[in-house]
Amino acid sequence: MSMTTEATIQELAAQKYKYGFTTDIEMEEFPKGLSTDIVRLISAKKGEPEWLLAWRLKAYEAWLKMEEPHWARVHHPPIDYQALYYYAAPAKAAPKSLDEVDPELLKTYEKLGIPLNERAALAGVAVDAVFDSVSVATTFRETLAKAGVIFCSISEAVKEHPELVRKYLGSVVPAGDNYFAALNSAVFSDGSFVFIPKGVKCPMELSTYFRINARNTGQFERTLIVAEEGASVSYLEGCTAPMRDENQLHAAVVELVAFDDAKIKYSTVQNWYPGDADGKGGIYNFVTKRGACRGRNSKISWTQVETGSAITWKYPSCILQGEGSVGEFYSVAVTNSHQQADTGTKMIHVGRNTTSTIISKGISAGKSNNTYRGLVKIMPGASGARNFTQCDSLLIGDQCGAHTVPYIENRNSSAKVEHEATTSKIAEDQLFYCRSRGLSEEDSVGLIVNGFCKDVLKELPMEFAVEAQKLLAVSLEGSVG
Amino acid sequence: MLEIKNLHARIGDAEILKGVTLTIPDGEIHAIMGPNGAGKSTLSYVLSGREGYEVTKGEVIFNGENILEMEPEDRAAAGLFLAFQYPVELPGVGNANFLRTSLNAIRRKRGEEELDAVAFLKLARAAVRQLAMKEDFLKRNVNVGFSGGEKKRNEMLQMAILKPHLAILDETDSGLDIDALKIVAEGVNALRDEKFSALVITHYQRLLDHIVPDVVHVLAGGKIVRSGPASLALELEASGYAGLEVA
Amino acid sequence: MVALPTKKLEAWRYTDLRPLSAVTFGAPPAAAATPDLPDLPFPRFVFLNGVLNAALSSGFAYAKPFVPVEGQGTQPMALINADYAQDGINIEIPAGQDAGELLLISQSDGITPFAFHPRHRVKLGQGAKFALIELNQGEGTYWQNAVFEVEVAEGAKFQHFRLQEESVEAFNTTTIYADIEGQGSYEHFTLTLGARISRTEIEANLLGQNALAHLNAAQLLGGTQHGDFTTIIRHKAPNCPSRQTVKSVLAGKAHAVFQGKIEVDQIAQKTDGYQMSQALLLSPETEMDIKPELQIFADDVKCSHGATIGALDEEQVFYLRSRGIPEAEARQILIRAFLEEALEPVTHDASKALFEEVLESWWTKQ
Ligand SMILES: Nc1ncnc2c1ncn2[C@@H]1O[C@H](COP(=O)(O)OP(=O)(O)OP(=O)(O)O)[C@@H](O)[C@H]1O
Ligand SMILES: [Mg+2]
Repeated sequence: MSMTTEATIQELAAQKYKYGFTTDIEMEEFPKGLSTDIVRLISAKKGEPEWLLAWRLKAYEAWLKMEEPHWARVHHPPIDYQALYYYAAPAKAAPKSLDEVDPELLKTYEKLGIPLNERAALAGVAVDAVFDSVSVATTFRETLAKAGVIFCSISEAVKEHPELVRKYLGSVVPAGDNYFAALNSAVFSDGSFVFIPKGVKCPMELSTYFRINARNTGQFERTLIVAEEGASVSYLEGCTAPMRDENQLHAAVVELVAFDDAKIKYSTVQNWYPGDADGKGGIYNFVTKRGACRGRNSKISWTQVETGSAITWKYPSCILQGEGSVGEFYSVAVTNSHQQADTGTKMIHVGRNTTSTIISKGISAGKSNNTYRGLVKIMPGASGARNFTQCDSLLIGDQCGAHTVPYIENRNSSAKVEHEATTSKIAEDQLFYCRSRGLSEEDSVGLIVNGFCKDVLKELPMEFAVEAQKLLAVSLEGSVG
Repeated sequence: MLEIKNLHARIGDAEILKGVTLTIPDGEIHAIMGPNGAGKSTLSYVLSGREGYEVTKGEVIFNGENILEMEPEDRAAAGLFLAFQYPVELPGVGNANFLRTSLNAIRRKRGEEELDAVAFLKLARAAVRQLAMKEDFLKRNVNVGFSGGEKKRNEMLQMAILKPHLAILDETDSGLDIDALKIVAEGVNALRDEKFSALVITHYQRLLDHIVPDVVHVLAGGKIVRSGPASLALELEASGYAGLEVA
Repeated sequence: MVALPTKKLEAWRYTDLRPLSAVTFGAPPAAAATPDLPDLPFPRFVFLNGVLNAALSSGFAYAKPFVPVEGQGTQPMALINADYAQDGINIEIPAGQDAGELLLISQSDGITPFAFHPRHRVKLGQGAKFALIELNQGEGTYWQNAVFEVEVAEGAKFQHFRLQEESVEAFNTTTIYADIEGQGSYEHFTLTLGARISRTEIEANLLGQNALAHLNAAQLLGGTQHGDFTTIIRHKAPNCPSRQTVKSVLAGKAHAVFQGKIEVDQIAQKTDGYQMSQALLLSPETEMDIKPELQIFADDVKCSHGATIGALDEEQVFYLRSRGIPEAEARQILIRAFLEEALEPVTHDASKALFEEVLESWWTKQ
């Protein structure tokens, strides 16, 4: 670890959750609670076509008939869905260009380290910024448009590219897929849309930055990424929220579609507010993410670094339909204090010679619970399929829990499935070795944890790997000694 | 006699062997050297009939027969033996049992009488002693838990017992200590006669000090780019492979 | 009757009992022929169609009369057993005694379908030793739904070897509860060959320091057989090791299941849990489902599980062929080696010899 990185960690550690501030800005909110009227209101507010309203209403009907799932190893008081606001957005009319964005908002994103001003922006990264329910700005649109890439908010895509949205929305995660996906389908307010046409390699990293600001507001964003034949794209999402005493709900849906030889790399650095040291407040992060490898030799790769949220419930999955398609899941999940994470993946092998790799690293500290839950399913037609799973858990302190729940279902004899899992505490001899070289105990833990997670961290785009490493150290602050 | 004529082979879409031509007359020992990834192991696998390699051109004639159409076990019965660069582990399969099954399968195919357990054990024990291996080698499972060097010695034990006409040694010397190196060499030299020939793949001169080759070939980029007398190996050790690939 | 569990229950997601519920079972008929009994020099209890046959059984110094069930267990199959159980062995080994071996033979003849629900109890006093060898065989359609209540006191050692070779039309569900005190050990091995549908479910509680559980199994299934081996090991004290090796070989359209859960309580520091499951699929229509599960609340632990499912390793097949062994024979050698390894955890010579013999004849039938 370099001196500067170390210094940064110390500094970050001192602040703990440094994204916890709120932005004072005039907001437009719909009345509390959920009803057909609210769904209609959201749809009308966004000037949506009739088919989309109908789709939302159908999802809402389905949701009403469903029950909140309780199979995950997470516990929370009942959520009062009628006490939430389902739409909150900056009151000013949607900006036409960056120059029109409310300066307060620009400042917010600058404070978060995401300058939206293109001159100051991270080189080579285009950003879509989503503030509570709506997208406030998307950078580098022209550069991308020249390459034929569409990158805009989903509300805009509904207006500008309705045929594309209609074709793919809900095609991977159907409106009634599960409780939270149905809720999202009924009330989603914004999110990102990416379309990479045939043969195009997206010239820059695409990134969406999600920010929850308003109180008692659920954030329900919807992301849709389509890569046509031979296209490729790397996409990254980041998330933060203010420190508030109440729990806030975040129920997103992400759908990915990859055709022949297309590649989609989807990375997440999730740092929603985790709640305070006593477990008060924090985000409930109930997310459905799924990718369909529809084409031959297509590839979808999920990388996630999950350090935030009071509760994380997400299983980014791949449906490997195309012959020779590839699914990957690289995950680091850190829980501390009273955080609960139940996360993993599903790899569904449908096509011949499909391969999947799962590398999951769970770190539990404090009084937290961290569960890996995964499914590897080989369908009868998936001859020659291969899966490799490595799933390791690290325990720091004796008040936390680490759990592993893999399901392995093989219905094709020519498939080969390998699974390994270990759970152990941080190795004394490694700690001692670091400390005898002069590192503090906390730094030693940080170093070892980073090493433990290396196979996952190296999958992150360069620009974010450093950020992720810092986050790990900050999340574990106070877990030793 | 082994004759490889303009052999082209690919793995998937990648062409690895791009026209290898090589003749090893009976009684001769040839060495193949060449940079990592040149295709040396690929050549040895194609010769012994491993799956996954597609021969797109050329032929391989062994003692008058085109062996490319033959099953691996029939090639073994015909007298071909490959000492693997990375010998495979067979959990649950006893070494002695494995050897006897192999030997008898080959003898059967050749119309020779099978060896009974007693006769076989005698033969195997003698070979184990010859190779200065531990007695319990025969009792253990094939290559399971063997050290790198022990695996290589086990390959030599199999060679000594199966007595091939042509032995291909794929980097049998890597990972061996100095004594083992001599033992391997002795093993090959013991088989040396006017009918026996060998193809020794190696990166180091030190093995060739003990097994003196009649001809040394350099395989680079999927082709034999140079052939010469034993002294060529010494020359290569001094100068490396630079400049050879284009030749 | 308590309802049979359905696939909606998480613990039963891979085992479908509808074929069992489709059969109407009557009371056990009187046994017809005298069975072929194994030639083993051990005392024995012989149950014919679920009823103890005194003539074929020998005395055993530590046997007690059957006591009606007071109702232990929460497993659906155990609850059903509790409602119907009328017989079973009741063994109590006093402290410090080495009781040697006992054979428990169940021979069934289901000319008309019948069910029986044995309730067996095995209790070892401090430092006692005991080995139970179980043979379950039969013909026709029947359902054996057995429960074992096992108590292993401090320092005692209980070995339990089971051969499940029921008729291929029969059903066998066996639930085992084992409480193991400090320094005590429970070594279990089930070899599953028979039954149309079978499930062995074990709950082992490690209650004192250095208590040990080895829960091993091999399942060899063909045709449309279904075999399920489900275990929960609860580490409730520090320093306890647990070991599991489960191997399955599937042919025809067979379906095998292994669910293994290791739970580690907060006080169970220095737990050492290891679990391995391997499956060899020999024909295209087989299905293997594995759910290994770790639930860990202590930090100073070492737990791991591994699972592999696949056909024979083609590298190995090639290696054998390159040494002159014909392909079919090479495959045979590798399958037998896999089975040979499956028996490795059986540390009891007579049982191992028995299992090997059974494997040999299974093999010749294939
Ligand atoms: N299964 C495979 N798929 C794709 N490429 C392969 C495969 N096996 C080998 N290759 C490639 O073929 C080339 C030749 O490999 P080979 O093993 O024959 O080299 P080698 O000459 O034996 O090298 P070394 O000296 O390192 O042993 C290498 O570039 C290797 O990466
Ligand atoms: Mg090589």
